[in-house]
Amino acid sequence: MAKLLMKGAEAIGEAAIRAGCLAYFAYPITPQSEVAEYLAKRLPEVGGTFVQAESEVAASQMVYGAAGAGVRVFTSSSSPGVSLMAEAMSYMSGSELPAVFVNIVRAGPGLGGILPSQSDYNQATRGAGHGDYHFMILAPATVQELVDWMIKAFPLSEKYMNPVMIMGDGLIAQMMEPVDFDSVKAEDIIEVESWATTGAKGRKRNLINSLFLDPLKLEEFNHKLAAKYQRMAEEDVYYEKYLMDDEPALIAVAYGTTARIVKTAIDVLRAEGMKIGLFRPISLFPFPKVELREESAKDHVRGFSVVEMSNGQMLDDVKWATLERKPVGFFSRNGGIVPNPEETIDFLRKEYERTGA
Amino acid sequence: MLNEVTLAGFGGQGIMTTGKFLAEAALGKDLEVAWVPSYGPEMRGGTAYCTVVVSDRPVGSPIVNNPNIIVAMNRPSYDKFEPMVKSGGLLLINSSLMDVKSDRTDIIQVQIPCNQISIDLSGTGRSANIAVLGALIGASGILPYETIEEVVTRKFAKKPKVLDINLKILRKGYELGVEAAKG
Repeated sequence: MAKLLMKGAEAIGEAAIRAGCLAYFAYPITPQSEVAEYLAKRLPEVGGTFVQAESEVAASQMVYGAAGAGVRVFTSSSSPGVSLMAEAMSYMSGSELPAVFVNIVRAGPGLGGILPSQSDYNQATRGAGHGDYHFMILAPATVQELVDWMIKAFPLSEKYMNPVMIMGDGLIAQMMEPVDFDSVKAEDIIEVESWATTGAKGRKRNLINSLFLDPLKLEEFNHKLAAKYQRMAEEDVYYEKYLMDDEPALIAVAYGTTARIVKTAIDVLRAEGMKIGLFRPISLFPFPKVELREESAKDHVRGFSVVEMSNGQMLDDVKWATLERKPVGFFSRNGGIVPNPEETIDFLRKEYERTGA
Repeated sequence: MLNEVTLAGFGGQGIMTTGKFLAEAALGKDLEVAWVPSYGPEMRGGTAYCTVVVSDRPVGSPIVNNPNIIVAMNRPSYDKFEPMVKSGGLLLINSSLMDVKSDRTDIIQVQIPCNQISIDLSGTGRSANIAVLGALIGASGILPYETIEEVVTRKFAKKPKVLDINLKILRKGYELGVEAAKG
């Protein structure tokens, strides 16, 4: 199929439909209201359902309900709205239900601003709600990747019976890039009879619940969740290595929009003869710990340089993954400001010189 | 090949649409492209702008500080973006709405009366954004004229009369752009 020029937010909506998701519940918030605008028109055309909820609390509980009924379902919001969904996120994880959440992150805290940010990294990877749970978190960097991961997110959430979150920012939602909706093959939902509340006539009834009054049973369940997250770390870790196969002295680490700016900066510095590579985590949970740890053990790697639109949230994971075997430098812009290529070049040049390569 | 184009004007001038047409034309030539709008809080009557990155390689940073081509459709846009044109780049000024000349000697500047072209050919200034699209292609040569013509033709396919006038405006803008860049 020919590529279409499409805005990220609209591409999210179309990708969900291509993935076979015909239920979407949401409450509008900048900078991703176009998802709802697009699906309000598009879902009825394909026999789907969009309900504009009265709040994000309600939208997320509608997702909980639809997921329990064995329906592919998703919601999208931006930071303040996602905070309101924390309760449903915890309950859905506790009830082991598949669904997709999209967070188009804006700068916080509080109402903050509407411009791009990566300051919800901790909230996303550690879990916004209560209890010992995680979502799988995927961070695309282009509109095409946004589409690809939306289509893959549904089967991933069903594989683990656990919600998956796509995390982007206002830039990726608002910009238009060429997209091909057939670049990833959609997969049908697997059978739901064994767990969903689809009507129990002729079979054992299913119960969707997160209540365990017996502490031993609850402990056993939490061990089951831990084993599930461990399996994610073994089977579904995603990342990109950019210019890393010629033994670079410095490895930049960045994800999403920021990784694109870092790529441009690296291209410029490479032309000046500096051997810098980029390690771009795509799955933020499970974090590519093993792969970064391997890099940190290599003699030619003299340091890591993290670039983020936050005060250093992924930075902690990079320090943990690399065991700080090599110095970990940090550069950030915050409050809705996207680091520009020039200041990123300056930072990486200094970092490269600092490593003494 | 990498071209970074920022188009700026006031809300309602159709500057976002002009950027989209440019992006679609680039896509039609199988180039990599990103269209980035300004979506921050802007005052009414302030500037609206978008940036189109056209490249033969995957687009890295869609954030551009110093585009090599800038189109200023009104005075506030000129004031904001004139210092940002990359050295050796092109500044296209809508001379219908401002009588201004940059002191910079390291850039090429081109004055095109975009509103006047539109008024002369259609009776209103509403297609000034089409005139500037033609002028941009004429002065910069970043895409073949036919690719832009094809996008405009597709966009106005359902309105043959409007299409006819707009193609004339596009052509006139293009011709003046080619001429101005020579001189």
